[in-house]
Amino acid sequence: MAEKIVSKYFYNKEAAALSFYQKDGGYSAAKKALGMAVDDVIAEVKKSNLRGRGGAGFPTGMKWSFIPKDSKAPKYLVCNCDESEPGTFKDRAIITYSPHMLIEGMLIGAHAIGAHVGYIYIRGEYVREAEFLEHAIDEAYKAGILGKNAMGSGFKFDLYVHRGAGAYICGEETGLLNSLEGKRGEPRVKPPFPAIKGAFGGPTIVNNVETLAAIPWIINNGGEAYAKMGKFPNSGGTRLYCVSGHVNKPGLYEFPCGAVTLRELIYEHCGGIRDNRKLKAVIPGGSSAPVLAAHEIDIPLDVEPMAKAGTMLGSCGVIVIDDSWCAVKIIKRVTHFYAHESCGQCTPCREGTRWMEDVLHRIEDGHGKMSDLDLLLNVADNINGKTLCALGDAAAGPVLSFVKKFRHEFEAHIKGGKCLNA
Amino acid sequence: MKKQLSDKFYKEIDRLRPRYPTNQALLLPALHLAQDELGWVSGDTMDEIAAAIDIPPPVVREVITFYTMYNLKPVGNYHLQVCTNISCALMGAEKLLEHCEKKLGIQAGETTRDNKFTITEVECLGACGTAPCVQINKDYYEDLTTEKMDRILSELK
Ligand SMILES: Cc1cc2nc3c(=O)[nH]c(=O)nc-3n(C[C@H](O)[C@H](O)[C@H](O)COP(=O)(O)O)c2cc1C
Ligand code: FES
Repeated sequence: MAEKIVSKYFYNKEAAALSFYQKDGGYSAAKKALGMAVDDVIAEVKKSNLRGRGGAGFPTGMKWSFIPKDSKAPKYLVCNCDESEPGTFKDRAIITYSPHMLIEGMLIGAHAIGAHVGYIYIRGEYVREAEFLEHAIDEAYKAGILGKNAMGSGFKFDLYVHRGAGAYICGEETGLLNSLEGKRGEPRVKPPFPAIKGAFGGPTIVNNVETLAAIPWIINNGGEAYAKMGKFPNSGGTRLYCVSGHVNKPGLYEFPCGAVTLRELIYEHCGGIRDNRKLKAVIPGGSSAPVLAAHEIDIPLDVEPMAKAGTMLGSCGVIVIDDSWCAVKIIKRVTHFYAHESCGQCTPCREGTRWMEDVLHRIEDGHGKMSDLDLLLNVADNINGKTLCALGDAAAGPVLSFVKKFRHEFEAHIKGGKCLNA
Repeated sequence: MKKQLSDKFYKEIDRLRPRYPTNQALLLPALHLAQDELGWVSGDTMDEIAAAIDIPPPVVREVITFYTMYNLKPVGNYHLQVCTNISCALMGAEKLLEHCEKKLGIQAGETTRDNKFTITEVECLGACGTAPCVQINKDYYEDLTTEKMDRILSELK
């Protein structure tokens, strides 16, 4: 079994306590990093080939190096714990069982970018998880790990929890920053990117929970060791795969990047499809990822191979669908979500997502026309790449892929007014 | 205007103030605190919050309507938030929602006449591996079946 990094303490309730974490060597990485020159910390993270775990897969060390060194405005480190991409449920486990791993990662990141204030933006529904985090932060303050003189280093770092209030788009980093500032969570025009002008106008790094939780291991073991775990170039370390839907053993699985294929994940690790049914489709990276048909799953789970296969690894939310389910019904539900969550700023996304939902509705109900399929593709094409943030692409990609790969099911609804799975 | 929010609310706002460089950043936390106390956020409460954190009242209205978690009308003592997004749907969320609706005699979006229960259909709660999931007030209930749901509801009564 490969080494577990971020899931090392999963399902052990005692592991959340500071005393437990410290006994197991916790905060030794922060101690070490606080004694290092900031450029050396960033160099180590660059060497690790750690890519952001929030969905976009941007190299973390490179992102950190974008922070201007001479900024007069205060800098901020913001942890994205919005976890709003359907199919994704890993960050909740990390903050429940390893809150101090995240806090330690944030302390190291703050030192590296010169931020004296950090926020953990957590989705509003995670009420209990926000309480756990507050408790862990209290423990860290009492132990002198956070505050004016973090771990006796002379570096000041204050860390706060900020709760969202129900809006998918607040997972998008600039929507998140607006929400943190008490505004509507509408994404901002980029550039300027957050690293130049982010929270409250200051240079800001936004990183996902899992990204930051990997930092202590990298500092302790070296960037090279982390990079070596990955099977493909430019993608180091391990990732948490969130498997949901029709498998025998849904849950969280941590593997080195690219070491396991989608087929192996489903059939070897998750016990295959439940009730002895057949696999129909997999949405591999959260509901924003284009769907894969059952015969397309021999793909190593990493950013590049997934992109090559025409989909994306995204947030690693692997949604498994068996052959009893109707493709039209599924994409209608997925599209309803994007129509509901579109912030409304960009016309193609606001109007297009609702339009697609309407068309899918009438197709499912048996009132569609054959020309509706072209209409769907046309509307999706007119959203793709034409919006401020990636929500538009996230809505369009799945529709395009479902129509392409399961066209016969759409046609059966239209021609016969019936569902092949009914 | 009569004050509705408690001293505890005002103390908590004072405690949070140093965390942020602007007043408006206190708005989401203030709305959460107010809703915890009163169960929902009325127009009067919005005005009181605006005064408490010193921002213009229209800003509160502009912001609150963006977020789904703030109740703009009263809800029942138990707020059943049933996720029907994709992973939960695959695991029977539709049936579960129907079951709750039938059992409580209301549709999603409604409150029982005794003000005990409100049902709301919600988007993914981030518990897809233990689907289907329902949030009742602050707590998650996962891996649900209709039988499990019956047991939970009977304990709430
Ligand atoms: C519509 C949309 C929703 C997103 N939701 C999340 C989310 O819930 N959590 C997250 O970490 N990143 C989310 N992202 C990605 C963030 O914008 C950002 O890339 C990420 O937080 C950066 O952190 P990383 O580099 O550590 O991945 C979302 C992006 C988009 C376009
Ligand atoms: S789909 Fe219901 S919790 Fe994610």
